[in-house]
Amino acid sequence: MSIVSLDHIEKRFDDDEVLRGISVHVEKGETVAIIGPSGSGKSTLLRCATLLETFDAGRLAYDDVVVAENNAEGRALYAGKQVQRQAKMKFGLVFQNFNLFPHRTVLQNVMEPPVLVQKRDKAEVEIHARELISRMGLTGKEDLVPCELSGGQQQRVAIARALCLNPEVLFFDEPTSALDPELTQEVLKVIRDLAAEHMTMVIVTHEMSFARDVADRIVFMDGGVVVEEGPAKDVIEHPRHERTRAFLSKYEN
Amino acid sequence: MDFSTMMGMLGGGFIATLQIFFLTLLGAFPLGLLVAFLRMSDWGFCVRGIRVHPVSLIAQFYISIMRGTPLMLQLLVIYFGPYYLFGQPLADDYRFTATIVAFILNYAAYFAEIYRSGIQSIPRGQYEAAQVLGYTRLQTFSRIIFPQMAKRILPPITNEVITLVKDTSLAFAIGFVEMFTVAKSIAASQRTMVAFIVAGVIYYIANLVIAFVMNRVEKKMDYYHD
Repeated sequence: MSIVSLDHIEKRFDDDEVLRGISVHVEKGETVAIIGPSGSGKSTLLRCATLLETFDAGRLAYDDVVVAENNAEGRALYAGKQVQRQAKMKFGLVFQNFNLFPHRTVLQNVMEPPVLVQKRDKAEVEIHARELISRMGLTGKEDLVPCELSGGQQQRVAIARALCLNPEVLFFDEPTSALDPELTQEVLKVIRDLAAEHMTMVIVTHEMSFARDVADRIVFMDGGVVVEEGPAKDVIEHPRHERTRAFLSKYEN
Repeated sequence: MDFSTMMGMLGGGFIATLQIFFLTLLGAFPLGLLVAFLRMSDWGFCVRGIRVHPVSLIAQFYISIMRGTPLMLQLLVIYFGPYYLFGQPLADDYRFTATIVAFILNYAAYFAEIYRSGIQSIPRGQYEAAQVLGYTRLQTFSRIIFPQMAKRILPPITNEVITLVKDTSLAFAIGFVEMFTVAKSIAASQRTMVAFIVAGVIYYIANLVIAFVMNRVEKKMDYYHD
């Protein structure tokens, strides 16, 4: 059973059909990179998967927890709050612009969700949080506030914050797009390490060489559908579709 | 009249001024937040293809009236209203109640708009992060939005608080005895300006204290910027 199942997702914003019946499945332990031009619907797909947006038709399930599926009229019907909350605990999301809580310290940012939402014991969470912060290479910065950190450091805190909730799958929405090349590397390294530990991840990214090296599978999206998908190296080095080739040609390196 | 007597009388009036001040804030801060939420409410229905939000409209109307008419007028309406509308004879202590009610209703409207500006200036990413992390709406507001909003609205709130100290003198219009009323009656009976000057100094010192306190609060909240 896939950890994440998105089936035939359709979504439109007013007149704009952003997702046109797209399906993506993610298996446990794999890293999937989603690439594609702007406007292809990559972020929207991620936002639908993480319940930040609702889609019009299709099916979304985490393991055996069905969050939404079509009713008799073919419109997506969402499950109740309880089920949604259950599903929410299975994933985490790392945003392009981090979205850390600026009025809280690094440690508080990482600790508060597990204590507040999962009602875990504060002492246990603190140990877990400090361990994650150290894994992110941020030891000594626990008591700083986000505005005192660089972008790369903030993004690493955001990753620690998501990980502290023990999600089964971690989504990344263009995690390095807001960072300059220098800071990008430190974040990519963290993601690389997570992949090596077989954390299930879905990463929307423009970093092609990173996607090729770290992802197990690449999904190329354009115009709200999957144009091509396959093993990472194959899609990048031997794309089969014209649109894929055209897109990748802009990233010659 | 010797100076210490005058100070004593003005001091007594100042106590009443402080009563209005603190009770108004006590009532207007929470009421303003409620009005802000009603104002931002998108509960509504469609009428001939146009979306209508009755709750928000009512709140907007209330805010518009409170900000668009003089506080002194509102005081008179609230004080004399029960008599002219319902034939209720006015109790002696109604002056105090009417003053507090009018002030709270008036200031809540101003606070509501200040809260709204603060809340709407918080980036959507904060809401989305909280949502994805599993925070409930109440947790999101109390732990994430409200603290950030509070810091942002300190300057306009300080303005309103300073204005309030001076507005308390309007209670004179319905005969409620606070410091300004006392000053006026001393000046009239003693034929001297000194009472006004002393009252003015007391108002000024009160506002210095407020400015100092708000400054300290601002500094304390300045441990981060966003």
